[in-house]
Amino acid sequence: QNNYGKWKYHEILEPGILVHVSETGDKVFTVRVGGGRFMTVEHVREMCEIADKYCGGFVRFTTRNNIEFMVDSLDKVQTLKKDLMSRKFVSGSYKFPLGGTGAGVTNIVHTQGYLHCHTPATDASSMVKAVMDDLFDYFQSMKLPAQVRVSMACCLNMCGAVHCSDIALLGYHRKPPIVDAEVLANVCEIPLVIAACPTAAISPTKTEDGKKAVKIKEERCMFCGNCYTMCMALPLSDGQGDCVTIMAGGKVSNRISPPKFSKVVIPALPNNFPRFPEVCNSVKQIVEAYAKDANKYERIGDWAERIGWERFFDKCGIPFTEHLIDDYRLQYDTYRTSTQFKYTDASWAVSKAVGGID
Amino acid sequence: MAFEPKQPQKELKYEELRVYSDAELKNYTEEELKNFKIKHKIPMCEDLETGPWPSFVADTKRNALHRRKLGQGKLLIEQDVAEDLLGQLERSFEDGETHWKHGGIVGVFGYGGGVIGRYSDLQEEFPSIAHFHTMRVNQPASKFYNSDYLRTLCDLWEYRGSGLMNFHGSTGDIIFLGTFTEQLEPIFYELTHVLDQDLGGSGSNLRTPSCCIGKARCEYACVDTQELCYEMTNNYQDELHRPAFPYKFKFKFDGCPNCCVASIARSDMSFIGTWRDNIRIDQKAVQAYVAGEIKPNAGAHSGKDWGKFDIQKEVIGLCPTQCMWMEGKSLKIDDKECTRCMHCINVMPQALRPGTDTGVSILLGAKAPILEGAQMALLTIPFMKAEPPYDNIKENVIEPVWEWWMEEGKNRERLGELIQRQGIRKLMEILKVPAMPQFVKEPRSNPYIFWKEEDVPGGWKRDINDYRSRHKR
Repeated sequence: QNNYGKWKYHEILEPGILVHVSETGDKVFTVRVGGGRFMTVEHVREMCEIADKYCGGFVRFTTRNNIEFMVDSLDKVQTLKKDLMSRKFVSGSYKFPLGGTGAGVTNIVHTQGYLHCHTPATDASSMVKAVMDDLFDYFQSMKLPAQVRVSMACCLNMCGAVHCSDIALLGYHRKPPIVDAEVLANVCEIPLVIAACPTAAISPTKTEDGKKAVKIKEERCMFCGNCYTMCMALPLSDGQGDCVTIMAGGKVSNRISPPKFSKVVIPALPNNFPRFPEVCNSVKQIVEAYAKDANKYERIGDWAERIGWERFFDKCGIPFTEHLIDDYRLQYDTYRTSTQFKYTDASWAVSKAVGGID
Repeated sequence: MAFEPKQPQKELKYEELRVYSDAELKNYTEEELKNFKIKHKIPMCEDLETGPWPSFVADTKRNALHRRKLGQGKLLIEQDVAEDLLGQLERSFEDGETHWKHGGIVGVFGYGGGVIGRYSDLQEEFPSIAHFHTMRVNQPASKFYNSDYLRTLCDLWEYRGSGLMNFHGSTGDIIFLGTFTEQLEPIFYELTHVLDQDLGGSGSNLRTPSCCIGKARCEYACVDTQELCYEMTNNYQDELHRPAFPYKFKFKFDGCPNCCVASIARSDMSFIGTWRDNIRIDQKAVQAYVAGEIKPNAGAHSGKDWGKFDIQKEVIGLCPTQCMWMEGKSLKIDDKECTRCMHCINVMPQALRPGTDTGVSILLGAKAPILEGAQMALLTIPFMKAEPPYDNIKENVIEPVWEWWMEEGKNRERLGELIQRQGIRKLMEILKVPAMPQFVKEPRSNPYIFWKEEDVPGGWKRDINDYRSRHKR
């Protein structure tokens, strides 16, 4: 409180531990630990116990749902650190793992999934747990070219940060809604349902027995689920069809390059509950290729743009499929209108297919 | 001066407000927890108890055991609510589909938002989560807490709810996850009368504003984001609690262009701290960086050997406008060419600091993809002083934009979509501002230019006979 607005500089002493120095010479040490976001009163009470013991009862949360404990001396940092890392759930996972600072992978901003939401195409908490277990080493270290923000949303409403993250995991449907014509007219505002469709695939109709309903042009539907958001009589979730889409290369900071949207790099991976091995492997593949190849300070999007997206797919070992080519309104802006490209196996395949080479 | 809330804040004393005794709070042993099985078979959930990252399943089971031992006499909703939640989650894993019914309209009297209704579609099997409504509780700016407040909140939520929460929802709120309809009003009463705490926003209204940590613990903060956030939240309570807009509207406040609360991507009106004078340079500290005495980027890359710090390569060479150079041992910056991207300051925080003549840039229209595609916010006001009571921002920016959007916005049309539909030129008219090149990344490339009739000599009323007198048919 005495130093509000008077901070002079900060340092990251080690993964998870920051110090801020004030103009007055005062120092505050921050110990950052991972938080599950979803947590129980029992967990918060344990957090309070730690805050009471070491931090005068104070604790805060970050914008990525990590937890921060603040103390005024290095000695206290050491005892606090020891205490935090010794706390584990009976089944073995850390309760308060230190990390999430500097050029590493920090907490995954995520959503409700099957725990609370009615429109998800996948689950949030389980996928986040599985991916963070896999990337845990990067949470506790700072060895990447720049920070990697991973985020997750269970449908394309994209609550949170999926559209602007280094790596984004997105639940996606792949089947058109089923029309529950028996109740539709009673429970839905049909004009709102029609207006909710970004591709104008929905139109009014009547059932055989004369009830008002809607029909869906299936080939025009890209399964966004916005009509279901407006109308409970158009459910679309499907155990076999629903999948996970991976996006990459987004950022929100203005550092060096302007903010960027994330781009779709893998159209569909299976919803393999509870550990999503395909998703975890793909994320790791991207992080490792990036860690090996990118320059210092380069975010994933900066790196991909410098080497070219064709090289990104090559280096990450990800196949490029037709689903990654934009076909929504402003698609043309994303096409390559230049002779500047790099040769890869994918480009030779096109030349070959058209008879350009043997 | 540290930011102080205008109204005196109630000092909460947990000892006076607690629901549970110490014995009730510590009512189970590690041994019991190890042997504890919930009433449903949940092998897939239990698989998520292993691995290093904090396990939400382990945490939920701990709460389930705690509730069971408290017993129904000490709880107003069912003691096995957490067990039923895990049971239903397991079923969702099996089916690959959610088991929450569509929608649900519930709330508290006087407000139009703040509560998200939710009902299970397997109520016979999981009766304790038949109702599982979420309450959004407006968080303090930058999410600083003391334990008295948190403990009081925990007791209240355990007593009247599931004891399950999110710290925090994406917009910023504390999320109370799961209670029955009849508990909503009592919880609201307790929150407001005892905890001096209000609900957050949901629906077509102003959602809960949020901010980065700002001046509380960051040397980059160009404006007092906490105070701005608190002031705007209080000033627009009515817009927050009673939906009167075409669709949702979000404010976020970032202290600098690093955008730690992601306002540029996640708020309809994004306030980003900036400065208009020069970056402050401490040449001695610059030399300390060059000499390797201070770690670059505050040590953020210390987990890998990136070689010796090279100011030419890591700072000067990466500056997006190439406006920096070394003159002997001095670092020079041509500040009028600087776009304040923060890179050099981020790399050398002990040598470089933002200027002291500070304010905010205001950017409008960010949103997720539905309906017209994702949008980042567009630069609208390049620089504006941001000092209490912020009347310039409220009267000249927020309220005219709302007035326009409330009048012209279609049902469920975000501000960004209205701007896309009616154009920046309309926005300029609303804000009464002239055109500037900073509105655009580049000027238009098609020449399909609209002109107003009054701007063209002679106007648009023309006579074909007059034309024919010069040009035969």
